[in-house]
Amino acid sequence: MFNWLQNFSDWLIYEVVGWGANTKLGSAFNFFVYDTLKILILLFFIVFLMGIVNGYFPIEKLKNYLNRKKLYGLEYFFSSIFGAITPFCSCSSVPLFIGFVQGGIPLGVTFSFLITSPLVNEAAIALFLGMFGIKATLIYVISGVLLGTIGGWILGKLNLQPLLSDWVKKLIDTKKHQEIYKEKERTFYQRLPEITRAAWDIVKSVLIYVIIGIAIGATMHSYVPENFFNQYLGGGQWWTVPLAVIFAVPMYANAAGIVPIIQVFVAKGVPLGTAIAFMMATVGLSIPEATLLKKVMSLKLIAIFFGVVTFAILISGYLFNILL
Amino acid sequence: MSKVIKVLGTGCPKYQAMIGVVKEVVLKNKIDATIEKVDDIMEIMKYSVMTTPTLVIDEVITIKGRVPSKDEVLALLN
Repeated sequence: MFNWLQNFSDWLIYEVVGWGANTKLGSAFNFFVYDTLKILILLFFIVFLMGIVNGYFPIEKLKNYLNRKKLYGLEYFFSSIFGAITPFCSCSSVPLFIGFVQGGIPLGVTFSFLITSPLVNEAAIALFLGMFGIKATLIYVISGVLLGTIGGWILGKLNLQPLLSDWVKKLIDTKKHQEIYKEKERTFYQRLPEITRAAWDIVKSVLIYVIIGIAIGATMHSYVPENFFNQYLGGGQWWTVPLAVIFAVPMYANAAGIVPIIQVFVAKGVPLGTAIAFMMATVGLSIPEATLLKKVMSLKLIAIFFGVVTFAILISGYLFNILL
Repeated sequence: MSKVIKVLGTGCPKYQAMIGVVKEVVLKNKIDATIEKVDDIMEIMKYSVMTTPTLVIDEVITIKGRVPSKDEVLALLN
């Protein structure tokens, strides 16, 4: 699919610039050009697709559906799936959280949504697809959805309602008034320019992180010896997964730049499960999100929420290291 | 009568972008309106919206969850 891009990078670096294919400089720059272009194309394409989904996603209907039907536990799974396909930015998570809880959806089901929503997002999917291929991407997405399902289910069993902020509890008690809302129905053709523009804006906003990430990745790719990490991190030592998770928490702002670096770690001997755990912790356990959530729940509830998510990430990290 | 425009959001890039678009449209077309930035979550929830940024004109929610184009905002204000 991307052969033409590899040919272009080969031509640009080896022929036009004239750095040889067997020099470290040549191979590093070839890697950089190829990966940057590939990721940007994938990123734009996937963000664009998600933009169309987002534009048409009937969030109100979903809320009513999850609320009304008796789904025998499947509501956690559905809520998690919806979290994966709706690309909301992290700043929408609090209004969504309140909207769900206020609409009568159980707290645990709401948490399923809240866990998966940042975990499985368009940038992560595009980067995983570009750097690890379709199989690893599917594993990432499926485990993200399962993680949200199980995490939400556990949180749902813990009776956490009392730990919400007082004003949120009051809001839940008051009957929800119908919002005054009028937006004209617009055709797909009318929406297309704005979806394209939004996709381009998102690509632009992560561009710098992607480029830095790939630049670091390309350098490591060519200058770090094969199996370098294998000696330290590849032998299945139990502490590698928790270590990866701890390192990941402060990385939030650079989520888009993380994957290219992880890819090199994997290529040089770090197990894929450890890498996936790192990636999930990067996007799933973010300090900015905790700050936002602080407004609607007590610190204790945030700690429980993050604790359960961390636990689930660790388990899936170990599981993949065993299975893959 | 002067219009009251409120932009609801919690400070993310889309919210900033919406404020930018609205300000530009109001200034350029000399529209008689005040622009209020509402970034307090308790205030936002009074409108019971689930996706931000949200554009509220004279207490009517007109756009939510996306950044509108300038033409769109102008049409809504006229």
